[in-house]
Order: sequence, then structure tokens, then C-alpha cells
Amino acid sequence: MTWEDVCAVDDLLPDRGECALVAGVQVAIFRVSPNGELFALSNLDPFSRAHVLSRGVVGSKGDVPKVASPMYKQTFDLRTGQCLDDPSVAVPTFPVRVVDGRVKVGLP
Amino acid sequence: MAATGVETRRTLVLAGHGMVGHRLLEVLVERGATAEWDLVTFCEEPRLAYDRVGLSSFFNGSSADELSLVSPGFFDGVGLDVRVGDAVVSIDREARTVVAASGARVTYDTLVLATGSVPFVPPIAGKDLPGCFVYRTLDDLEAIREYAAGCRIGAVVGGGLLGLEAANALRSLGLETHVVEFAPRLMPVQVDDGGADVLRRRIEELGVAVHTSMSTTEIFADGDGAVAGMRFAEGDDLEVDMVVFSAGIRPRDDLARAAGLDVHERGGVIVDEACRTSDAAIFAIGECAVAAGRIWGLVSPGYQMARVVADRLLGGDATFSGADVSTKLKLMGVDVASFGDGFATAPGSESITYADPVAKVYKRLVVTDGGTRVSGGILVGDATAYQTLLQMARGDMPTPEHPELLIFPDVAGARSGGGTGVEALSASATICSCNNVSKATICELIADCGLTDVGAVKSATRAGTGCGGCVPLVTELLKAELRKAGVEVHNHLCEHFAYTRQELFDIVRVHRVASFSELLASHGRGRGCEICKPAVASMLASLGSGYILDGEQATLQDTNDHFLANLQRDGTYSVVPRVPGGEITPDQLIAIGEVAKEFGLYTKITGGQRIDLFGARVDQLPAIWRRLIDAGMESGHAYGKALRTVKSCVGRTWCRYGVQDSTSMAIELELRYRGLRAPHKIKSAVSGCTRECAEAQGKDFGVIATERGWNLYVCGNGGMKPQHAVLLAEDLDRDSLIRYIDRFLMFYIRTADRLERTATWFNKLDGGIDYLRRVIIDDALGICEDLEAEMARHVATYECEWKATIEDPERVRRFRTFINA
Repeated sequence: MTWEDVCAVDDLLPDRGECALVAGVQVAIFRVSPNGELFALSNLDPFSRAHVLSRGVVGSKGDVPKVASPMYKQTFDLRTGQCLDDPSVAVPTFPVRVVDGRVKVGLP
Repeated sequence: MAATGVETRRTLVLAGHGMVGHRLLEVLVERGATAEWDLVTFCEEPRLAYDRVGLSSFFNGSSADELSLVSPGFFDGVGLDVRVGDAVVSIDREARTVVAASGARVTYDTLVLATGSVPFVPPIAGKDLPGCFVYRTLDDLEAIREYAAGCRIGAVVGGGLLGLEAANALRSLGLETHVVEFAPRLMPVQVDDGGADVLRRRIEELGVAVHTSMSTTEIFADGDGAVAGMRFAEGDDLEVDMVVFSAGIRPRDDLARAAGLDVHERGGVIVDEACRTSDAAIFAIGECAVAAGRIWGLVSPGYQMARVVADRLLGGDATFSGADVSTKLKLMGVDVASFGDGFATAPGSESITYADPVAKVYKRLVVTDGGTRVSGGILVGDATAYQTLLQMARGDMPTPEHPELLIFPDVAGARSGGGTGVEALSASATICSCNNVSKATICELIADCGLTDVGAVKSATRAGTGCGGCVPLVTELLKAELRKAGVEVHNHLCEHFAYTRQELFDIVRVHRVASFSELLASHGRGRGCEICKPAVASMLASLGSGYILDGEQATLQDTNDHFLANLQRDGTYSVVPRVPGGEITPDQLIAIGEVAKEFGLYTKITGGQRIDLFGARVDQLPAIWRRLIDAGMESGHAYGKALRTVKSCVGRTWCRYGVQDSTSMAIELELRYRGLRAPHKIKSAVSGCTRECAEAQGKDFGVIATERGWNLYVCGNGGMKPQHAVLLAEDLDRDSLIRYIDRFLMFYIRTADRLERTATWFNKLDGGIDYLRRVIIDDALGICEDLEAEMARHVATYECEWKATIEDPERVRRFRTFINA
């Protein structure tokens, strides 16, 4: 696993996504309140085939942290990439961590 | 359709475009008859079919347009031809051809007579003097209104249903009003002595003088030759300035008579159970027909005849064998209902009466079979039990053990738990008699189409779209069905807030909530979602929270509001600068062109008279806007649930028909309400004259210039489900117009559901336009001052979001496609 440096943690607004280009792949990164937990998913919305998931509204369904695609509003579990509206659909997830105040995304 | 060949098409000529005639056309179109029939309609009046039953509302502010029964574009359909202002004057049965007043000749395969009736004017001296009127058409009403302006006292000859309607009309025109009835009581056909007595007392309370058992012998004139008074066989003369005859109707059978069709000795075209006349190619329906042995002077039997004829034309075998003449109406605010065998004429009938002279309520319940079956009744002053009793009289609902409890006041819940609710109705029970919709039909559509609100049920089933009397029943039925289906009937915004949008808005407003997290902590649970976050962001913005991307608000916005641009299907955005009222300078056009060229954007003129630039990346947006703002433009809020455009025609400055400067008004309105966040987008338009080129009647609020000022229409909609706007107020000056729009918009913003356009909101509003007028014009809720203050704050604090963005490098920084590249 290689860890790519993306940005400072403080560059990420709580509960709002950003898109990073990691080795040519668009990765949507989210910093979720209240604890500032980080999640990384593919930025590609499988329903619209547009790279937009980082621009979705972040929220929760029960205890599940989720993001809603800004295109047609399907929602995805931020932890697993599982689509919450269609069990047959999931988006890839990436490991993400903070080292010395910097956000790192892991690539296999 | 072309494959069937022209030679197989047949022609139906419809003589008369009243309520019943139009219903025939509607049913034929609905059932696809235009695939083989050309429908040629002669409409004698200068306007298409309108709601004659609701005629008196014309004097309470309804316009002729609002009374229209014809949906816009109806006659644009294939196979539909209407000749407005032209009437059939003769029929050549041999040649199967009609001749019209205009001289037009049309050959028919089938002719349908729907010529209606004319008011009966008793043959008394002076009946044709200036100041004598009948009460039948909108033209009649306009003539009455005009003449009444110079009058003090008016009298109506006839104390029946229509007579009382006419009396109400005179009263609304501010005249001292008298009702003269030949019979010993009012409404002799519908109510008995006891009922008529209560009715009379209630009407007299309203200041209307009632004279029964009076036969008018003469109407005499003053020196000018106009009506001055009435003379009677009994009693003193009555001084009056105008007289309205409303003493019954006579079928218009002259066409049929001249063509040699069988007519009844007392008038009316005789038809069989198929509504066919003595000529097999000619049908007659509505008030001109004698069907099942009599004239049916109500609209619902007429509609039934229309359905029968439509069915016959399509090869069916429907029959008309009489109709239920049960009625429930509100006359001058008094409930009057009669149903079934109200006069207890059947052998073995017994009557139970309840009379309260203090409350002025009278109820008579007729029972048979030793009191085990309700067979009819009369209700005056309180008709709340009407629907339930009617269903029992029709045999659609079992009669309970003590039917008398149904007409007594509900003391200590005497009526509760009696199983008389909508669930006790049999599946075949008719819920809406105007449109003949059964309980089963409504239940099926609720289940099949997943309907959850009354508006949807009304449009899917047509129930409740006639007289509207069954709407409470439809509502009850919907609730019961949803409960049965296990659908929890609530209106919570989402799982995070157990409140409706309206409740949440009030909480935010009253508690001056400043942020989403504050609201979530005090009134919600969980972390929010894509439903409640943008909804609350919109409320905060409506209440003047400032720049919508500051602090926490940035995290709440949907992507459009977050990037102040419209997300397109490939993930890029589009940009729409504001072009108020469609007015744009050559330099601004050049600037837009240059920006589009430089950034490689696709350009398109929008339906709202603006220019849309498509294909911008997030990181290009600030640079694009810097250029547009330098050219004097500002955000058009095309991305927001906010005011979009105020479309306009060119108006009086250029147009030779314009009566006001519509472009300037549109610009003023657009600049006033720009940036106003709402539950959904808001569109508007201003037309400079009645030709309505700006299509203001299809907008959330629309303004049409008149000679005297501006007419304000509200709650129209284009789009998926077009809806005609309704007239809120007429001939307003500029200040009143703006005041009413301020109030209207803020009231909508306060009370609508999330993503609910004004048209849907209006359809759910209890009390409809009357209620809206009371709130907006009469300030019945006492909130208008607040509403105006809220709007004033919006107007005072508006700033262009894009200007505010590009002036702040921190804000510009957010517009990046990749955080690390």
C-alpha cells in the first residue's frame, strides 16, 4: 500500500466533500462531524456516470453516515460505499488517514 | 390514425356549448372518440362553456375566466372544432345538415342538441321595461351589474333555488333586496314548510325581504320609462328600481320543433333511454330534453345524459332512466339539502323532525320499514349529516339502530362509534355524483397509483372536481385507505425532524434560530441529510441570514447553491446572468458572447428570456462571473429555489395594444424579489394587455395590465402539470400590487411544503382562493404586517451572491475541481 499525500486536514470543511486526483483516480474525501472522521470513496456516481459524489450533501440514515449524489440523489454509506437505495450497487472505497495534520489516501 | 382513412371519419355536430355540451365533448375526447369522429361545436354565447352553477360567485370577484370549464388548449386537439358566437338556427334532417346563424352549413352523421333552457318570464305587464332582467348567462349578469350601479332597490321574482341565487347577487351588489314568491313558501320543490320557515328567517336576518303567496300583476314605469315598482294581486305596491326574473326555466326546443321532432306538450325534446330523439341521428341532452318523462333542471342528470350519448356513439348501450335529484347547496351562506323521498310520499313512510328555532336549524328524516331504513330527508341550516344520510337513503350504507340520532345535535358523542364513517360505505357507493365516481374507483386508484394527497386523488379520479361537495368525503376516504394500507399518515420533513416544513419554519422564525446545528440540537435528531439540510438552509435564507455559503451554511447547500450554478448531466455547470424583464443592452450581449467564446460554452436562450451558458467547470466559474459582473450583470439565481425571472412582453412603449408599461413593471418586480429563497422556484410574468403575450397566467404570480391598473394572478404553473393561475385581485395600483405580492410570496414561503410549487400548495389550501383573499387582502390572520416586514428586510439586504463571492479570495478558493491539483 502506498499513501498519497492529498491536502491538510484543515483544507476540508466539516460535512462537505472535496475531490482529489490520486494517481489519476478521482477520489471523493469527506470529513464528518462531530469527530472529524475521514472517509474516501470513488468520485464517480454509478447512476449518472458523472464524477460528482464529492459535491453531495453529507448526512446520516439512522447511525449510517452517508452522502447523497447531487445528480439523482441516491445515497451511499460513507464507510462501505454501499448504495442505500439499491443493494446491488456500491462504489469503491479507499483507506484514508491523517499523518502530522496531512490527509493521506492509500492505494494498493 | 391516418391508416384508417379519411373516408371513415364521421361528423358529430353539437348544438350548444353549455355545461352539459362540454361534458359530452370531454367524455368523447377522454374515450378516444376523436380517432373516428370530427366534433363540430356551435357555441352561441361569446364565450366557451362556463360554470353556470357557480354563477353568483361572479359578483364576489370571480372572473369569467375562472368560471370557464374548458381547460386551456382543449380545442387545439385533433378532431375538435368550435364556432364561438355562432348558433345552429335550422336543421335539414333530410340532408343531415345544420345551418348556423353565420350562414355556415355543416353536414352531420350525428347531431346532439344541448341547447339548454331559457328563464321563464311570466306574462305580466311591463316585463320588458328597461330594468327587467333574467338570470342565466354571464352576459345577463354583466347587464345586471351595470344597471344595478344606478339602483337602490331590487326585487327577484321567484323564490326557488335560482331565485335565491339571484337575490344573493343583488345583495352582493349592495341593493336593498326583495324576493317575491307565488307559492306560500321558499324553495317549494326542495323543502317543506318547516324547512322553508327556517330558511326564510335566516335569509331575513341577512336583510333580504321575503314576500310569499304574492303574485305580481304588473311592473310599472316612472317618467323615464324605466322600472319604478311592482303591483300585486294581494297587498301594496312595492317600489323597486330593477326586477330580476328567476321563476323557473323553459327548455329551448324551437330547433327541434321546427325540424318536426317529437316535443312534449309542456316543452322539451322527447328522448328515449339512449337520449335519442324521434330521429335516430339526433340526440338531445341536458335541460332541452324530456328524458325519462321529465325535464331535469340540474347539472348532474345532464352529465349523466352526456355520458350515455358518448357511450352510444362509441357502440355502447348505456341508458338514462332518471337521476337522483338530491341536492346540497349553500344559499346566501345557509345550508339547504334535500335527498331521497324528502316529502315522505312513499306509503308507510314516517318522518322524524328536529327543529331548533333559536339556532335556526331544521332537519327532517324520512324512514320506512318501521324506522329501520332511511329513505330521504330535508336539512336546513345544518347539512353536515347530508353525505351520511344520502348514502343510507341510496342503500349504500346500512341504517343504524337509532337513525334519529343522526339528525340530533351530537350531544356527548351520541353519533361516535356508530359505524357511519366512510368505511361503512359499500364499494359501489357514488362518492362524487357530478362525475359519477364510485368509492371502488377511488380506492383502486389510491392503491394502484400510490396516491397520498387529496389533490392527486382529485386529478386522478376527477372526484371532487365538480361542485366540490364531496371533497371532505374524498379526504376521509383517502385517510382511511392509507391507514388500512399501513401508510403512516404524517408529513414529517425527514427522519431527523418530526415536524412539517411549515412547523419548522415557524420554529426557526419565532425562536430566531440562526443555524442548522442549533435547530438539530433543539428540535431534531441524528446528523441531518440531503432533505432537511437544504430545506433548513432555504428557511434561513428566506429569513435573511446573509451570504448563503458562510460558515456552516456552506455544508447545507445542494450542489447548485453550493457552487451558485446549475449542475448538468456530465457534472459541469451552467451559468445564467439575470436579465430583468428580458431587457438587455447590446454591450451585455457582447460580453456574454465573449465569455462563451473564451470558455468554450454552449449558449441557449432560455424560456425565461435569458441566456444560459453551459459546460463550465467549477474552477472556471469565478473567472466567468468576474467578466459578467464587470459588464454590469449579476447572478440570475437559476440555481436556487428562488425567484427566477419575471418575463414580460414589450408593453405600451412599443406595442400598439399595450395599456401599461409591462417591461418596467417586470423589471421592478424582478429586482424587488431577486434572490428570494422559497420552498421551490418561483416564476413570474407581466403582460401589458389582455392578449397576455407574457403568459402570466401560467406563473406562480402573474400580472396583467388593465385600463385601470393591474390584475394579479397567483398559483399558476407550466411544466409537468400545467395549471391556470387564479385571479387574486383586480385593477390594482402599483403600491397595492406590490403589497399583495409581498404578502402572497411570504405567506407561501412560510406555509408551503419543501419542493412544493405554488400551484400544488394552492390545491391543498383549505378554502381555496376565498381563503387566500381573506389572508392576503383582508388580513384575516393578522399577519400581513409581519409578512411585509419580512419582505422589506429581504429587499433591503439583498446582495448579488456572485459579487459577494468574487470579492473575497477565501470564498473563491472553494471553487476548485481538485483539492490537490
